[in-house]
Amino acid sequence: MTTPSAGKWAKVLAEDKDAFLEHWLREQKAVISARPDLMVDSELRRESAEFLDLLLAAADEGAAADISAEPWAPSREYLAGISRSRAVQGFTPTETATFVFSLKQPAFALLQAKLKDEAVLLSEVWTFNVLVDKLGLYTTEIFLTSREDIIRRQQAEMLELSTPVVQLWEGILALPLIGTLDSERTQVIMEILLQSIVDRSSGVAIIDITGVPAVDTMVAQNLMKTVAAARLMGAQCIISGIRPQIAQTMVHLGVSFEGVVTTASLADALAHAFRLSNLHVSQAQSRS
Amino acid sequence: METIPILKVGDCLLISIQVDMHDRLAMSLQNHITEQVVKHHARGVMIDISALEMVDSFIGRVLGSIAAMTRVLGAETVVVGMRPAVAITLVELGLSLGTLRTALNVEVGMELLGSLIDASTGGAFRERQAD
Repeated sequence: MTTPSAGKWAKVLAEDKDAFLEHWLREQKAVISARPDLMVDSELRRESAEFLDLLLAAADEGAAADISAEPWAPSREYLAGISRSRAVQGFTPTETATFVFSLKQPAFALLQAKLKDEAVLLSEVWTFNVLVDKLGLYTTEIFLTSREDIIRRQQAEMLELSTPVVQLWEGILALPLIGTLDSERTQVIMEILLQSIVDRSSGVAIIDITGVPAVDTMVAQNLMKTVAAARLMGAQCIISGIRPQIAQTMVHLGVSFEGVVTTASLADALAHAFRLSNLHVSQAQSRS
Repeated sequence: METIPILKVGDCLLISIQVDMHDRLAMSLQNHITEQVVKHHARGVMIDISALEMVDSFIGRVLGSIAAMTRVLGAETVVVGMRPAVAITLVELGLSLGTLRTALNVEVGMELLGSLIDASTGGAFRERQAD
């Protein structure tokens, strides 16, 4: 099949564009694509009309069914926009894809009415079918990538949000950890903690693991790495917030924080940090 | 061949590494330090590596052995000012250098060295400082 014939369906559609658009809109309302609760009628009409224009424009340029080709770029972009905005509005990917797939029924009806030659009709219907399938799948693909983007962004945000380094006293830092410690997070934590040790020239760092749900050999090893790196820089680490249950599992697993001071609570760790820094806390004499 | 200067301050030797370390330089530094410790009867050695940006396992091991060697010769070694990236690299290389004494900066390192010398000599460092 040569390229010029690829545009034949487009000519048929373009001739009867208004009637075709009406038919398409009726079709969309009949199937699940249209959601009156999520999108008003005029909005749907506008989107449909604009997409149809782009589609016909691309076909007019003699584009083949390969939708990754240059002439399809505007259509692709428009579909991507629709797919994203609909995902935000609460459409399911099926509903978004049906927006494109519902083109088939009216187009086939129109082509059947206009093209008398059966061989031409068949090939045009096939071309159009392949094209619409590709465009429909494209919307799903965009939907998925936009979802993945959201997941990735949230992951990055979580990493940053969950590792604040706070200064408890001059020369004493605390790092309250919340959530599971995997290798990637340990790396981030290590970098943040070591940088803070340099920036605030702190000799003692308290790593509080009250918010860490479970301590297995992996987590312990990651913590020990952080402690060892801090020690190499000349800072002492205290691991605090070991809950009774965690202590039990650690012993059962044979996990040990050898050579590191561990305390049950952050308060105990702070007291120890004061001792390490030769600081003495005493109650002020009350004035009688 | 370039050498790293070793400064004698009282009982201590001060070494500041300001250039990129390569293996031969590290070995010559090790020789130099041990010779100087013996020559000056030094009780403490401080190595400032705050300008050192890159380490490999060899340099890491040399630092560890310098500390061990000086201890045999009766001097304590403190390594100060290690950068976060260097510390992470050493840990990832599996060199946690358990016996190496470290401090955040020269000031803290000097204090630590003083207390170490005091502990081993019964207050010799403090007396000298007071003079």
